[in-house]
Amino acid sequence: MSAELGQFALILALLLSVVQSAVPMIGAARGNRAWIAVAQPSALLLFGLTILAFGALTQAFMVSDFSLSVVYQNSHSAKPMLYKITGVWGNHEGSMLLWIVILTGFGAAVAAFGQNLPPTLRARVLSVQAMVTLGFLAFLIFTSNPFDRIFPAPLDGRDLNPLLQDPGLAFHPPMLYAGYVGFSIAFSFAVAALIEGKVDAAWARWVRPWTLAAWITLTAGIALGSWWAYYELGWGGWWFWDPVENVSFMPWLMGTALLHSAIVVEKRDSLKVWTILLAILTFSLSLIGTFVVRSGLLTSVHAFAVDPERGLFILVLLAIAIGGSLLLFAVRAPTLTAGGLFSPISREGGLVLNNLLLTVATSVVFVGTLGPLLLEAAGTKISVGTPYYNAVFIPLMVPLVAVMAVGPLLPWKRAELGAVLSRLKFAGLMTIIAMLATAYLVEGGPVIAVAAVGFAIWLLAGAIIEWTERIKLFRVPFGDSFKRMTKLPRSAHGMTLAHAGMAIAILGMTGSAAWKTEDIRIARPGDNIEVAGYNYLFEGMRSIQGPNYQAEQGRFVVTRDGEFITVLTPEKRLYMVQNMPTTEAAIHTNGLRDLYMAVGDSDGNGGWTVRIYHEPLVPWIWAGCIIMVIGGTFSLSDRRLRVGAPVRSKRWQAKSGSGQAGARA
Amino acid sequence: MTRKRRRMYIVFSGMLTLGAATALILTAFSDNIVLFCSPTDIQNKATCAKADIRLGGLVEEESLDRGADGVTVSFRVTDLTNSIPVTYKGILPDLFREGQGVVTEGTINAQGVFVAREVLAKHDENYIPKEVADALKASGNWHEDAQTKDADTY
Repeated sequence: MSAELGQFALILALLLSVVQSAVPMIGAARGNRAWIAVAQPSALLLFGLTILAFGALTQAFMVSDFSLSVVYQNSHSAKPMLYKITGVWGNHEGSMLLWIVILTGFGAAVAAFGQNLPPTLRARVLSVQAMVTLGFLAFLIFTSNPFDRIFPAPLDGRDLNPLLQDPGLAFHPPMLYAGYVGFSIAFSFAVAALIEGKVDAAWARWVRPWTLAAWITLTAGIALGSWWAYYELGWGGWWFWDPVENVSFMPWLMGTALLHSAIVVEKRDSLKVWTILLAILTFSLSLIGTFVVRSGLLTSVHAFAVDPERGLFILVLLAIAIGGSLLLFAVRAPTLTAGGLFSPISREGGLVLNNLLLTVATSVVFVGTLGPLLLEAAGTKISVGTPYYNAVFIPLMVPLVAVMAVGPLLPWKRAELGAVLSRLKFAGLMTIIAMLATAYLVEGGPVIAVAAVGFAIWLLAGAIIEWTERIKLFRVPFGDSFKRMTKLPRSAHGMTLAHAGMAIAILGMTGSAAWKTEDIRIARPGDNIEVAGYNYLFEGMRSIQGPNYQAEQGRFVVTRDGEFITVLTPEKRLYMVQNMPTTEAAIHTNGLRDLYMAVGDSDGNGGWTVRIYHEPLVPWIWAGCIIMVIGGTFSLSDRRLRVGAPVRSKRWQAKSGSGQAGARA
Repeated sequence: MTRKRRRMYIVFSGMLTLGAATALILTAFSDNIVLFCSPTDIQNKATCAKADIRLGGLVEEESLDRGADGVTVSFRVTDLTNSIPVTYKGILPDLFREGQGVVTEGTINAQGVFVAREVLAKHDENYIPKEVADALKASGNWHEDAQTKDADTY
């Protein structure tokens, strides 16, 4: 019953999104207030309907209604309740529905908090948002309906892929989607601005918090995904430059560029056309990311069952969204007026360089990810792996990180590079010390790792120096510094944190890439294995029984110089319903290094394949990501950026003075 | 600083970075890409016989053999027309099974044995790497029903 209710809600939502795509847009063009006014209640209602559908599907999963095809294929009555619920988005249909819920949720947020937006702009934004929603709803209903019934209803389901039955991956998709979809708002604002024909500081002030929110969740989503890959897949790595990872990374890179260029639009009324283009491209990459994973076009180790049948629909949808918006851009962009001037050495110049490097980095990832597809059409089959990315991506990141420390110290409009560099003397000193210390402390490992540590420290020190200079630490009495610190805008703290987080993540990546130790061997109970100074005593294996799996669990006592460190219990699980084995790695961390181990198959004579890794600094990757997310959140809480808080600029008031009294923040 | 000059600076630095990136991509492509070959390709194509390649196909039934040290495994990869012996040192992915699709990366040695550095995992039983599916189609051994579980039967 509830399934039919959900189906009905979806169809209503589809019809409503048709209305919302057209009516407010026409109303804004003709200046018809009644038509413009449709946008707001419609956006809220649309959100309500999709929530209803999502609720109906969740209910079906919770009560294990196996008469629904998706529930039957992705759930099982013996599955823990948490995974019954997360199973809702652990499949194609449900995850698509979640996408739409988030999409309409963002639209509803603009409708609810956008009281002080110029009414025509808001109407157009919501209209564009509804067009995107329309495309997705049509895709969902016509090609991947989550409410399809099967008759007769089976007695039990086929269970969720065991790899997805994990807290890390349970919350990875919602985070990732919130990030992808968050960029839809920037996209809608960009398209609306193109139709409207004007972009100004107030527009940027509106776009920035949404972009920032999307960036935060995307960062968290990617970090969660790589953490999951690290501990769940049992191969000791955290990033493989796999197409599925790359398609989430591209919007992140582009979104990071957008985040920075929007600052220039807001502060200096410059780079407008570029920012619009970035907004369009970022969301286009998000769309590509969502669909490429599902289309089966690319070979990925992370691919879950895909259905190429939907490919054509997807291609048409992508062509309309991306092609249409770029066409609009080509036609309308020249009409936008250019803004303030600046010299190449200036804050703006630094941000332009940031944008340049980030977009080029995005394009090399794009070529590596989708290039093989083109070559395949020409008849050669190739695959592009880590060596390619190491060769092209790292050389682009080097100048980016180098400039990242300098940029925030540059004043707007024009700057003296020499003066700024002399303020970074201390950072330079720290960099040299760090590099020498690394070279001295670490035996072996590639030389490039020492340089990478240097760059990370340069960035970290640069971020800290900028912050201490702003609060005049050690130059005025400490109390005054403290007062300055509390008065500093939160976005300034946020930037320092985000940049510092990046530095810490780079250290983590370097450590794990350069100084990892690996050992694979057959171990028998009683064996001692020595890896990177740690001794692992294999005590034995035992069988354990989980709720929906059986496992062989090994027990390893880890000591160092005779001192007890920990007991590691890696497992080899067999999920009964799908008859699928999974590896549960055991990890011990002390913040500076991880001891990581996984067990493989038995050799049949009482021996077991074991894999042990010593991974220096690896936890710092995720620590760095968490710090970036905190920095972003801190910045988002800045009063000046708060959603709904932007002050209307004078120009808006003059032009759109239709008298709608906006709520002043 | 005039508008024109600024635009020139931006365009110039843009071209420079793009040029550098293109150069990087091209050199990286010529050095680092890996050709994908099926067992039949290895027999027929000279490009597959050297350098690093990816070999994909099905793990031949009853070909899996664990070496004396327990860590080295050998098996045969087949596209049901030709097959190639493979050795690999390490833990096989969870879903590695005889009769299932597999993608390995490595080099062919003088004895004609493919020495794999990496055996690629997949996360889902129903999933067959597209390259493997294509290799099977190319050798005329693709059977839709046999390779993918029909979703609506239970």
